[in-house]
Amino acid sequence: MIEHGFQPVVLWTDACFFALFVAGIIGGVHAYRSPHLRRSWRRVGERPVGMAALVILVAFLVIGVLDSLHFRAALPPAVGQTEAIYATEVNSVLDMLMQRQRSNVERTYSAPLATHAYVKETVELPGGEQRRDFPRLKHGGAHLDDPVDDHASDIVARLVRGAAAGVVVSVAMGLLLGVLTGGLKQLIRGQTPLAWRAAWVTASIIALCAGMLVSLAQGYHIFGTDKVGQDVFYLTLKSVRTALMIGTLTTLVTLPLAIALGILAGYFGGWVDDAIQYLYTVLNSIPGVLLIAAAVLMMQVFIENHPEWFATAAERSDARLLALCIILGVTSWTGLCRLLRGETLKLRELEYVQAARAFGVPTVRILLRHVLPNLMHIVIIALVMDFSGLVLAEAVLSYVGIGVDPTMASFGTLINAARMELARDPMVWWSLVSAFVFMFVLVLAANLLADVVRDAFDPRGV
Amino acid sequence: MWAYLVRRLLYALPILIGVNLITFALFFVVNTPDDVARMQLGVKRVTPDAIERWKAERGYDKPLFFNAQAEGGEKLTDTIFFDKSVRMFALDFGAADDGRNISREIRQRMGPSLAIAVPTFVLGLFVTVSFALMLVFFRATALDFWGVVACVAMMSISSLFYIIGGQWLISKVWHLVPISGYDGGLDAPRFLALPVILGVLAGVGSSTRWYRTIFLEEISRDYVRTARAKGVSELVVLFRHVLKNAMIPILTGVVVVIPLLFMGSLIIESFFGIPGLGSYTIDAIQSQDFSVVRAMVFIGSVLYIIGLMLTDLSYTLVDPRVRFE
Repeated sequence: MIEHGFQPVVLWTDACFFALFVAGIIGGVHAYRSPHLRRSWRRVGERPVGMAALVILVAFLVIGVLDSLHFRAALPPAVGQTEAIYATEVNSVLDMLMQRQRSNVERTYSAPLATHAYVKETVELPGGEQRRDFPRLKHGGAHLDDPVDDHASDIVARLVRGAAAGVVVSVAMGLLLGVLTGGLKQLIRGQTPLAWRAAWVTASIIALCAGMLVSLAQGYHIFGTDKVGQDVFYLTLKSVRTALMIGTLTTLVTLPLAIALGILAGYFGGWVDDAIQYLYTVLNSIPGVLLIAAAVLMMQVFIENHPEWFATAAERSDARLLALCIILGVTSWTGLCRLLRGETLKLRELEYVQAARAFGVPTVRILLRHVLPNLMHIVIIALVMDFSGLVLAEAVLSYVGIGVDPTMASFGTLINAARMELARDPMVWWSLVSAFVFMFVLVLAANLLADVVRDAFDPRGV
Repeated sequence: MWAYLVRRLLYALPILIGVNLITFALFFVVNTPDDVARMQLGVKRVTPDAIERWKAERGYDKPLFFNAQAEGGEKLTDTIFFDKSVRMFALDFGAADDGRNISREIRQRMGPSLAIAVPTFVLGLFVTVSFALMLVFFRATALDFWGVVACVAMMSISSLFYIIGGQWLISKVWHLVPISGYDGGLDAPRFLALPVILGVLAGVGSSTRWYRTIFLEEISRDYVRTARAKGVSELVVLFRHVLKNAMIPILTGVVVVIPLLFMGSLIIESFFGIPGLGSYTIDAIQSQDFSVVRAMVFIGSVLYIIGLMLTDLSYTLVDPRVRFE
């Protein structure tokens, strides 16, 4: 009996990502239980900007999660085969959903929504003679019988269909939200306690765009194709996962280091403080990019010299991504650590901590029960603020050549590949524009959320 | 003051030693010179002979810390650690992989780097501080609101896009300045204009917002209210009182980077093909020239520590309450 199925593959970054996801949920439950954290998060939800940014980030997160569920598909069974054999290629759920975009590879560049190639090629005419012309694309607009006349109307028809689907989804979401938040009228007037209307409007815009994109993607390369004919829209969506990984996994390293060392330095003082301060001054004094460059170069040597550790190409580039996150984390915990140290210094002198000490509460308990919870607002603010910076850093690092693996889709590699093409005439602009749009929306949402979170959590309350 | 400076210098020494040890550990302990050689020569077809030759050419064929075969003091000095790390304190960086002397290269490339970095820094500071003061002057109006929105939007654009967009629009479409390149003398401004403007533009968003927050914090203080109550005009309040008192936080962020201007900007220099230290570093990273990267790390840390000292000194200039004790 042969099973046709798939074999789940958990890459290291997937494991870390989902671990972080679970930690986030536990943190969320904890925040829900503690009154003052809940109040702060409530303040985030009351601001329309906060809700809109959250919705956008959740949309990106969905793409990232879909792209993090990896598996190896079973190959079609051969005669006499008793066990399933799995493909060496590791795919994600997103790859499966975008099967069409992934496999429909053109020969080379083609413009967004084009039906014909971007460069002239020698084509054979029915009569046997040859002519230099723009050949039809193999997949983009291949369903059209008359690409010249039908092109525009087909695109419009698809847009309308997609938009209609988006509207339906939007109305459904509105009704559902209306029921959940107590009354459609309140929702539309924006009278709900949390800014649900902003969330709904944002979600509707996303649904509308997604509807049109999906409907167009069935027949065209929405953002064109790149040099080797890959669909740019697909590559851009793949980049989202890389950006999210860099932005979130780095905190797996920063947070423990910064919290542990910051609290230790602030609470114990003396030689512990001196040692920790020395450590972060040393790390701080090395210019960030250079330290990252040095570490990444050495990691490349290490990976190069141990090819036997990585079974597939995906595992290899994945290891590189994880290593990059760790390196970014090790080089960027110092700022938060210094903040936490300063705050702990203040907390240590407060009456309730003194009282706890006088009652003989064990030190570990004081740190966990009385100091750490009062540092959480700084941690949360730093967490959200760092995210956008890390996403931007990835692009620059990949440009310098010390970012993710060149074969891995990321905003940095997209920009890097597209940069060279600007010199061409006519210009190939679509990869850049598509990377720009997605990256801008992601970083903007993160920045806006960071602002709202800071306003809500900062006790100084500007 | 001198006693203070000497103490700071003595305090800087252990930090530099720390930096040195970290880079040494990164480059020679995580991977042995053999690993590096194998990587540089191409992992597959590499013979032990080739590795030995590669190491000998670069002086990596010695023990790491202790040379038992050498005589007397050379037991410690004839090692990789002494050659590659200790000598850095004398600013002796040895030769790059292409055989050129790193110190001489750095001296030559400092000029172009500074020619870009100094104008970018000065112009950037001027533009962002004035922009922030303007937003504060019109605080809580539509201008302030949209100014902040513009800042957040500009912050959200990768610096790569500023450079690519600027090169495309100004050089390719409008043909105003050359797209890249560098020349000294009178021709220099033509080549420098675009990188400087783009460098300023890329930093406007985040710095303006940062200065605006500082100014707003200062403007709600009691002395500002007193000044207004005396009938001082808002402009005078801003420039005479707020700007002056906001100097400490501004200096904290600004003075540290002044010495680092020598290092140049990595991406601007590489995009515009300017033969400065930034592009030198990028080339070294891309060709995996480890001695150059190590030299730049060391210089960067020295400059950073100088920056920290300058920051402390600058406090005494703007705030009479600060004394060296």
